[in-house]
Amino acid sequence: MINSQNIIARSATTTPPPQARSHVEEVAKLIDVSKCIGCKACQVACMEWNDLRDEVGECHGTYDNPTDLTAESWTVMRFSEHETADGNLEWLIRKDGCMHCAEPGCLTACPAPGAIVQYANGIVDFDSNHCIGCGYCITGCPFDIPRISPKDSKSYKCTLCSDRVNAGMEPACVKTCPTNCIEFGTKADMLDRAAKRVGDLKALGFRDAGIYDPAGVGGTHVMYVLHHANDPNRYSGLPKDPRISPLVGAWKGVTKPIMAAIIGITAFAGVIHYVTKGPKEEPEESADADPTALGYDATRRRDDADDRPHGGDR
Amino acid sequence: MTNHWVDIRNANLILSMGGNSAEAHPVGFRWVTEAIEHNKAELITIDPRFTRTSAVAQDRAFIRTGSDIAFLGGLISYLIETDQIQREYVLNYTDAALIVRDGYGFEEGLFSGYDEATRSYDKQSWMYEKGDDGFVRRDDSLSDPRCVYQLLRGHYARYTPDMVSSISGIPVADIQRIWKKIAAMAVPDKTMTILYALGWTQHSIGSQIIRAAAMVQLLLGNMGMPGGGVNALRGHSNIQGLTDLGLLSQLLPGYMTLANAKEQGYRAYIDKRTKQPTVAGQVSYWKNYEKFHVSLMKAWYGQAATADNDWCFDWLPKLERPLYDILDTFERMSKGELTGYFCQGFNPLASFPDRAKITRALSSLKYLVVMDPLNTETSEFWKSYGEYNDVDPSQIDTEVFRLPTCCFAEDDGSIVNSARWLQWHWAAAPPPGESRPDTRIMGELFLRLKQLYQTEGGVFPEPILNLTWDYKIPHEPKSEELAREFNGYALEDLTDAQGQVVRRAGEQLSGFGELTADGKTTAGCWIFTGCWTEAGNQMARRDNADPYGTGNTLGWAWAWPANRRVLYNRASADVQGRPWGANKAFVWWSAAQGRWIGADVPDFPPTSAPSEGQMPFIMQPEGVGHLFAGQSMVDGPFPEHYEPFESPVPQNLLHPGKPKVRNNPAARIFDEDRAALGTPEEYPHAATTYRLTEHFHYWTKHARLNAIVQPQQFVEIGEKLAEEIGVAAGDWVKVSSKRGFIKAVAVVTKRLKPMTVGDRQVHHVGIPLHWGFTGVAKKGYLVNALTPFVGDANTQTPEYKSFTVRVEKA
Repeated sequence: MINSQNIIARSATTTPPPQARSHVEEVAKLIDVSKCIGCKACQVACMEWNDLRDEVGECHGTYDNPTDLTAESWTVMRFSEHETADGNLEWLIRKDGCMHCAEPGCLTACPAPGAIVQYANGIVDFDSNHCIGCGYCITGCPFDIPRISPKDSKSYKCTLCSDRVNAGMEPACVKTCPTNCIEFGTKADMLDRAAKRVGDLKALGFRDAGIYDPAGVGGTHVMYVLHHANDPNRYSGLPKDPRISPLVGAWKGVTKPIMAAIIGITAFAGVIHYVTKGPKEEPEESADADPTALGYDATRRRDDADDRPHGGDR
Repeated sequence: MTNHWVDIRNANLILSMGGNSAEAHPVGFRWVTEAIEHNKAELITIDPRFTRTSAVAQDRAFIRTGSDIAFLGGLISYLIETDQIQREYVLNYTDAALIVRDGYGFEEGLFSGYDEATRSYDKQSWMYEKGDDGFVRRDDSLSDPRCVYQLLRGHYARYTPDMVSSISGIPVADIQRIWKKIAAMAVPDKTMTILYALGWTQHSIGSQIIRAAAMVQLLLGNMGMPGGGVNALRGHSNIQGLTDLGLLSQLLPGYMTLANAKEQGYRAYIDKRTKQPTVAGQVSYWKNYEKFHVSLMKAWYGQAATADNDWCFDWLPKLERPLYDILDTFERMSKGELTGYFCQGFNPLASFPDRAKITRALSSLKYLVVMDPLNTETSEFWKSYGEYNDVDPSQIDTEVFRLPTCCFAEDDGSIVNSARWLQWHWAAAPPPGESRPDTRIMGELFLRLKQLYQTEGGVFPEPILNLTWDYKIPHEPKSEELAREFNGYALEDLTDAQGQVVRRAGEQLSGFGELTADGKTTAGCWIFTGCWTEAGNQMARRDNADPYGTGNTLGWAWAWPANRRVLYNRASADVQGRPWGANKAFVWWSAAQGRWIGADVPDFPPTSAPSEGQMPFIMQPEGVGHLFAGQSMVDGPFPEHYEPFESPVPQNLLHPGKPKVRNNPAARIFDEDRAALGTPEEYPHAATTYRLTEHFHYWTKHARLNAIVQPQQFVEIGEKLAEEIGVAAGDWVKVSSKRGFIKAVAVVTKRLKPMTVGDRQVHHVGIPLHWGFTGVAKKGYLVNALTPFVGDANTQTPEYKSFTVRVEKA
């Protein structure tokens, strides 16, 4: 875990986030769908930077491959053929992946302390060391993004290359995109840029062109420029008005004691696992990732998320 | 490319036709998106399919594969008949006004001079008429019925919108809408760029399609202009370098040509290629041919090459057939006429047409040497892989040797890109295992051959024994040494007209203007002279300063010729030397400085004032662009539509009832291969093969990342055809031609629609080519099991893009 001084929200945690730093600007990735040629260079760059190698799959009758997000494919291109009312064909190609919501449903839903964090720059990151593989983040996500790995039962998704961004670099997909359809900068700059592109598209006759930055999740740190912002569903099922599932809100009430019990059981299972299978080899950065090193009590779960600067189910 | 990648951003209109630029050249496509966003350019795609390029285009039309000349010919007629040409440009910078000899004609689908027995043309009648002064006659009123303009007009009058629609399958409304947009580029301050690739070259009429595009650009005044030109997006990263260095059977380096068997005399060989101006006062740069040739022979044979022995002309091979191209070579191999074959960086079993024939040919060899970084299909052609490679190894006696080479990232050197830029690169990693640079393998091979000739003698040892081989480590020539050799140096002091020494013996030359025909200079490839001068390696330069804001970065790498980035750029100014438009200013005449100045190295004598009347196309004896290709093409001075050798249409709709001109009458086809062509009744579906972005040819199926993003072979069919044959997306289909079959997953798409061609409905089948039986992707069938063994009449590039198949549920 790097960038720990910039964490503004942490799953299942009551400890207040660090406050000393200031001047951290929110960032955003802007995907201009009207400029995307679906080359999948972003998919490959993602795999290379993040050291991921998914299975060599099969063709299922489309250009999409891998056909869905997995624990080893954090971004995929989704190709959609749409015939307009006047008979014109559009081949809409959307890069799918984590939207890095300002109010992340995954983080709200996550019962494992510190498994999901949100940085002041807006990036929502998974700290897999703390992941218990419960899958609540998937329920919490209005975009159906996280995937549990069958190898280690932990949840994975795009980190917006938080490691690169922390070092002042753009995400790997942005770096590699040959048509500049993926751009990266402060959220304010990206909104300006998006507004300019929307103007260009309107001038080309796309009356419904617009920015996808849905308010239902407090806005996102991955935004799209769409030629048909009135109908995002056309782009392989991009939700028109994404909101965090009511189930996620519910868990904070009725299900909370149950979940607390589950966490207890999970912890117990961990102990059993340790006793029967022995210690797991830790990756090198485990010292940094140790919650106690950050001053958190990892066994405590936060009672109220509303004091977070961002996020939650307001 | 006549222009270059970055220059695409200067275009007002981008025509992507005969290629799928976003799919095959995604990195260069950045400049298309730049033009669309920042220059408000429009992108138009014309392709049988709705492609990845079409996905971001503003307009598009769907054309039957192989009918591009119909569309472009109709466009030429439209431009002329509606008078939407750049008239001042056409009159002064093209041959429109030149008079063609009596005797030239076009009847019954054939140009004058056709000989059916040899399937070739005598081009004597395809010439301009000369006046008493020995120069070509002209008619500036463009009204003489024998002037090129009127002949052109007459030739394409047949290409009416209805006819074009009938042949190409594009609805008339779409044709007219796009023609109108293209015609708007005839004004002096707007340009269209044309981007094409193998979608134009891989036809039996491929060279003529590209010529038709060049003619359109001449009529619009778009050649030599920023944001204009005819731009070949090359299919391999260094394939431009391959042709530049003459690695085609009839070429010498720098587009000089080998002598044929009838040309045994040096002087006649040189005189034929030394083009003197045919219009008074023109540059006709090929008049310097002998300087280039002698400098090449001095590079190769050093002191052994003298004026007395015609610079070793007798040691050069002489062609006893027009070309030793791959089709010809494998035809002879299949007949048992070859003993061994060296296969360097090539995968013939996968890459050449009619795979069954290639298997037969390779099986008849005594030995096969494969130099490649990868475990290619060719190197395992003898091994059974079930249905993927159904052979019986016990019946194949060919001995196969594999010599692993390193790949480009493991070696220093230059790569010539589509834009003619020689860009130096440095090894990123040492080569793995026992792999070695190609030059090391070639070096060792050469030294052993030489030793054999030294110890055992031979019939004709001189060309081997005398070859210059002065590399510091003889068995391992270094890229730097080879690059310096291509550039050339002075063998003796060179002096100017006043006798002043301008170049000391031993110094690297600064440009091909320094080359001499008297043996004082060397140049291993004259067009590369200037790439490694006394100032060092120009290809390694990385200054991308762009002082004129045109995207022309003369300090970045080095481009042939002479670091020029846009060919014929003198044509970017009018006859008086002024830019055609303020927004298109590129190279212009400065009266104050008495020279041509601007953003590029002028493609012109630098101090030739406009008043001297020299015209921009300095490589042509007339100084102008050729609408009429008198001598350069074997199959006609004007492009004519002929059907692909395998076509879903039984006759050429321009010449109904004339089977002899259904296909290109000057294309070579071997008898056995003609017998292996299918009929529209048996094989009704129009097929075309192509690449996908996720892969590069047959290489990247060996790379895990590429295999992940496109793992398995598929073919694309339209929803209507899928319905007809009862196939849904994801089902397996069998695709057969008369030569073989493949099986693949069906991608059923709205992006392929049936077309109405003549009186019938034509379905296209799209066949990506990347899979085979080696590598880490899912095993697949080599698609060239399907393709026909016939090539373009001029280049013999196989007709991979247009043939016929039958698709059925597997």
